[in-house]
Amino acid sequence: MGMTMTQKILAAHAGLSEVRAGQLIRAKLDLVLGNDITTPVAINEFEAAGFDKVFDKSKIAMVMDHFAPNKDIKSATQCKQCRTFAKRFDIDNYYDVGAMGIEHALLPEKGLVGPGEAVIGADSHTCTYGALGAFSTGVGSTDLGAAMATGETWFKIPSAIKVYLTGEMKPYVSGKDVILTLIGMIGVDGARYQSLEFAGPGVANLTIYDRLTIANMAIEAGAKNGIFPVDDVTRAYVEGRVNRPWTAYEADEDAEYERTVEIDLSKIECTVAYPHLPENAHPASEGKDIAIDQIVIGSCTNGQLADMAAAAAVLKGKHLAPGVRGIVIPATQSVYRECMRLGYTDIFLDAGCIVSTPTCGPCLGGHMGILAAGERCVSTTNRNFVGRMGHVDSEVYLASPAVAAASGIAGHIAHPEEVL
Amino acid sequence: MNAHGIVHKYGDHVDTDVIIPARYLNSQDHKELASHCMVDIDTEFVKRVKDGDIMVAGVNFGCGSSREHAPVAIKASGISCVIAKNFARIFYRNAINIGLAILECPAASEGIENGDEVSVDYDTGVITNITKNETYQAEPFPEFIMDMIQKGGLMASIQK
Repeated sequence: MGMTMTQKILAAHAGLSEVRAGQLIRAKLDLVLGNDITTPVAINEFEAAGFDKVFDKSKIAMVMDHFAPNKDIKSATQCKQCRTFAKRFDIDNYYDVGAMGIEHALLPEKGLVGPGEAVIGADSHTCTYGALGAFSTGVGSTDLGAAMATGETWFKIPSAIKVYLTGEMKPYVSGKDVILTLIGMIGVDGARYQSLEFAGPGVANLTIYDRLTIANMAIEAGAKNGIFPVDDVTRAYVEGRVNRPWTAYEADEDAEYERTVEIDLSKIECTVAYPHLPENAHPASEGKDIAIDQIVIGSCTNGQLADMAAAAAVLKGKHLAPGVRGIVIPATQSVYRECMRLGYTDIFLDAGCIVSTPTCGPCLGGHMGILAAGERCVSTTNRNFVGRMGHVDSEVYLASPAVAAASGIAGHIAHPEEVL
Repeated sequence: MNAHGIVHKYGDHVDTDVIIPARYLNSQDHKELASHCMVDIDTEFVKRVKDGDIMVAGVNFGCGSSREHAPVAIKASGISCVIAKNFARIFYRNAINIGLAILECPAASEGIENGDEVSVDYDTGVITNITKNETYQAEPFPEFIMDMIQKGGLMASIQK
């Protein structure tokens, strides 16, 4: 019996010619990742277990992005603990304020993940790198601590759902609308413990940024990973970034899938996920009655230059509705610089938005845009759980950058066509 | 090994953001994390919970963020065992890694109500509802997981 793309990557990293769903393996890892919230706990475990060296200082990435720039003394202390550890073991890929970006935008940009590689990160959105044809998944801090010491971890080989894409997206529709629609179809546990393997002729019509957004939110369907085939779009992105040999794996013709979900991209509408689960998908055009207080454009889901461009195209020459606060967060230093060079920063400022240095801040209710009781935010982030962005009586509506921008201008949830 | 306590019952898709909101993740102190456990959906939990109590929930318990602080907060609050119809995968790994007992048992999740007195026999996987005089059979741990638990968790299992 054939293997899925995910199964082939895991088999190769376990030194096996074949694996099957449900099998437990130990796999070698090409990169292990932590951030300023999860790494301190991993360091505690690493040190308590008595380890005195890391497996490979070039294969560990630490990114200070969640509560950095430090929001308070406790957060500063956590970053300091990471910094001290990185210095002690001479970690090559330690990214602090000034160099850091939001981890899942930064690592692909820096070429730290290539097709066919196996990556774990103590952050649930580590599944983002499936966009590049890599296997990547989120784990906890103890798994991170163990992997920093051994360079290996255990996995249960996942079964898979094939997501067969056809067609081409309409104007203003993006990868965010595709993944919110898919989660709406299968539910927040629709792919629990499974891979989401994207396939079909529609894949070629998705930019690498659409794919990064889609793979990023695979976890929001409960998936272990989301993965795209490697094609010319992938090659164009990794060329000049990934300066080491990499492998393009393909699913076997006779690979076994639990089921196939078909999506015609031309039928996807601009979509908003209402509180308090990402599966509560609604057309953006039907949100006119929902007045909002804030928009957030950024995050590991939608903080790339393409996302900034989509928001700028809607906001150009316009202004936020009275009473709406706009927070724009380019995901990395280079995205930030490009926003300035291309005039997006001026467009955002002229529209009444603020433009922040990279941080995960508001997405998880950390800092830089916390909501009060009764407030509503249209956000390009990935979760709309109770209290996610602040008070338990606040509400987060998940949407694309174009829809968030349009909603900011309209003062209520809006399709971009309503304001253009 | 056994657990015995009063049940705190929740619904489906209990996410790690409500188990321990991110605004408290600037601390790694177990007791401090425990003092905020479940606060966004149940402000009374931390006042009500007693050592040894049991948490019961529906499907996809622990979905969302990978924060290990979530099982840590539950364990440090005094909860001895979490029973759910099923768990989100990262939470499942994390709970085992830090030594929080978790059991998948749809029948127990259906039958047990908030406030019931329940005991759990980890060796047999039998869950007894003392209040209702019912028993339920939980899924046993896979052998690989049981081996890791017997060695004292992930870190102990990888040390030479």
